[in-house]
Amino acid sequence: MNFNHKFVFLLPGLLVLIGILIFPIVFTVRLSLSSWDSFYPGLDFIGLDNYIRLFTDDKRFWESFFRLSFFSVTTVFLQYIIGFSLALMVWKDIIFKRFFRVLFLIPMMTTPVIMTVIWRTFFHESLGPVNDFFSLFGITPLWLSNSILAKFTVIIVEVWQWTPFMFLLLLAGLLSLPKEPFLAASIDGAGPIRKFIYVTFPLMAPISIGAIIIRLIEASKIMDTVYVLTSGGPGTATETSSYYIFIKGLREFQIGYSAALSFTYLIIMIISLTIISKLLVKLLIKKI
Amino acid sequence: MRILIRKLTIIFALMFLSNLVLADKWSEQFPHIKNTGDIPGECSYESMSKKDYSGRTLRINTHAVPVMGEPTALHAEQFSKLTGAKVNVVHTPAGDLYAKAMIPFQAGQAPYDIVFGFSNFIRDWMQYLEPVPEKYVNMRQMQDVTQSHIGVASWDGQMIQFPIDGDRHYLKYRKDVIDNPKYQKKYKADTGKTLKVPTTWKEYGEIASYFNGWDWDNDGELEYGSAEVMKKDDLMYAAFFSRAAAYSKNPRTPGGFYFDLKTMEPLINNPGFVEALEDWVAATKYVPPGGINFGLGDEINSFGGGQTLFSFSWDDAFVKAMEDSSPIKNKVGAAPLPGAEKVWNRGDNSWDLGYNQAPYIVWGWASAVAKKSKNHDMAFDYLCFFANDANHQADIAIGRFGVNPFRKSDFDPQIYIERQGWDPLIAKSYTATLMGMEEYSTNRVFPLRVPGVFQFTSAVATGTSKALAGQLSSQEALDEVAAEWKKIIKRIGADTIREAYAVGVALEDNKN
Repeated sequence: MNFNHKFVFLLPGLLVLIGILIFPIVFTVRLSLSSWDSFYPGLDFIGLDNYIRLFTDDKRFWESFFRLSFFSVTTVFLQYIIGFSLALMVWKDIIFKRFFRVLFLIPMMTTPVIMTVIWRTFFHESLGPVNDFFSLFGITPLWLSNSILAKFTVIIVEVWQWTPFMFLLLLAGLLSLPKEPFLAASIDGAGPIRKFIYVTFPLMAPISIGAIIIRLIEASKIMDTVYVLTSGGPGTATETSSYYIFIKGLREFQIGYSAALSFTYLIIMIISLTIISKLLVKLLIKKI
Repeated sequence: MRILIRKLTIIFALMFLSNLVLADKWSEQFPHIKNTGDIPGECSYESMSKKDYSGRTLRINTHAVPVMGEPTALHAEQFSKLTGAKVNVVHTPAGDLYAKAMIPFQAGQAPYDIVFGFSNFIRDWMQYLEPVPEKYVNMRQMQDVTQSHIGVASWDGQMIQFPIDGDRHYLKYRKDVIDNPKYQKKYKADTGKTLKVPTTWKEYGEIASYFNGWDWDNDGELEYGSAEVMKKDDLMYAAFFSRAAAYSKNPRTPGGFYFDLKTMEPLINNPGFVEALEDWVAATKYVPPGGINFGLGDEINSFGGGQTLFSFSWDDAFVKAMEDSSPIKNKVGAAPLPGAEKVWNRGDNSWDLGYNQAPYIVWGWASAVAKKSKNHDMAFDYLCFFANDANHQADIAIGRFGVNPFRKSDFDPQIYIERQGWDPLIAKSYTATLMGMEEYSTNRVFPLRVPGVFQFTSAVATGTSKALAGQLSSQEALDEVAAEWKKIIKRIGADTIREAYAVGVALEDNKN
């Protein structure tokens, strides 16, 4: 019996894979080897010129990359701590448990751009309600126009928006944990802290790693919050890699160069996230 | 002879009456033009009603509602009713207008018959645009457009963009403060200087600093010195060029404001620009809290809402301040941009002492027809209809539309006194200020219009914002911009940039 026809059934999936994954990556690589910009459209071939420019003459990209790393690590760390705390809270039998579960998810359900506009209004230094409150104490913090505070504001908005995602994953993890280890710990006389350190946290480690990696991938693409809140300013204080690539590609229309930036960024992210996940596994699972 | 005169009188009277009847007919159907009725012309309501575009579709990419997006959609609906055409209007955020048109242009497609954008896109877009046909260039409606805006819409003498809007930066100030004898006396006593409309940026800074951070209009809230567009990438480079014009546009050294046309050496880091940036950095001390993060919308709301003494940029803040709902209606004044007591002479590498002022005819909204469109006739008729006399007069009275004066007839103060209830003195100073910049100045600065314009302006925004944020000194920031500009010139080609830049320099040097 000839089973060759079985490959026909694989074809739709294969075509989709080529269409939405393989082709864009290959095209981006090809684009990155061209000088396509607003004045010279087209796929000419300039070799590795764009990559040479990136590695030898673009300090701003690398600054934005290190800034992005800071934002990603800080926001995901805070999201994990807060998300885990909230998940633990509603995991237990507390009153209005269902209400809180829904309440904590609301920020994630809102549109990021719209919520950032609202946050920007809140933090508006002269017209916003946050400084109306602080002015009662005689201070008007420059939430968006001070280099350090602007970073802090971006982190607040990101943490507020995406902690629910972490909460959701971790709550799902908690709800799926077996009851027996907790019963055994109780019989052994373990208190809540010991139970958390020796039972809950180790059992949650695989889910935690998954949640952290997913959030790191998402956080490393941070763009809309920066775009709406600060436009990367003041100066370049909150400029991230994705925002910088956006500026180069769709504002300055340096299509070829921005393709080189994107591809380099993709490679760096793949390598660094692989290393991070290996480290997390080593730290959280193998040790346990 | 008497009979002839009588006959002619009757004929003219009948013509006038018939026009009135028609005006009533169209304004009843289209309340937007209720103040003027239809005004006869090549693209009037009456003329358009005689066209038949039934069964055809016009596709337009314009800005988001309301600024320019709302009048585009409104006139599209009117055009559709008059001609039978189907008009599809797509609204796009300002930051994406360039790319949304450029990507299909470069791919050889024409998803839109008409594209809206900024007038300084012209060099990058012109190869994909259909020049405005002679019949439109020569019509009466176009003869009324100021020479400055004919220049802005044209490239090397050929009109590429259809004029629909006019923009320039000018100074807006609180008349109730500057002209207030009590404050004039107090200012004199405290500073030894005369309180008056500033004519130099140094005076602007001194007065703004003095009126910063206290309740000078007794409304129970603090007021501040100045509202300016300082947010990075949000049109801020235009605000910087407004300040730099006074120090760097020297009428004795023609041949380039942004570059030396002969050598294509950037002038952006010469002492004139540096002095302007130092003034601007000092301005961060007299803007409202967070003013360093103000975009155009914030600037409009801040000055228009009565929060600051001064402002300078596009018309919108002034128009907002003069709206009926504004708490400061008829309390504001318009004046030319401040100048300086010295201007950099790049020929001698020294300062020329003496007063210098240079208006900045900044870029504004522009519209054009795609070369690959199959509906050139209908597209130009739409744009001509958009800007016909009746629509234009109705549009400039509505602040949120973003349509600002660009015709000689717009500079008649009576329009603003009678239709918008402006104080006659304010209306006269407003129209005189605008007209002075448009028609009488010979030391104007025009927007940079070269290939890859966004690369140049983006570098300015990044550099100046670093200086405003205190990351770099003014000289360091502008040296960084100049270095970036040199790289862009190297990438695109000095001759290519020079060829395009020469067109703008000709306007600045009054050669066109």
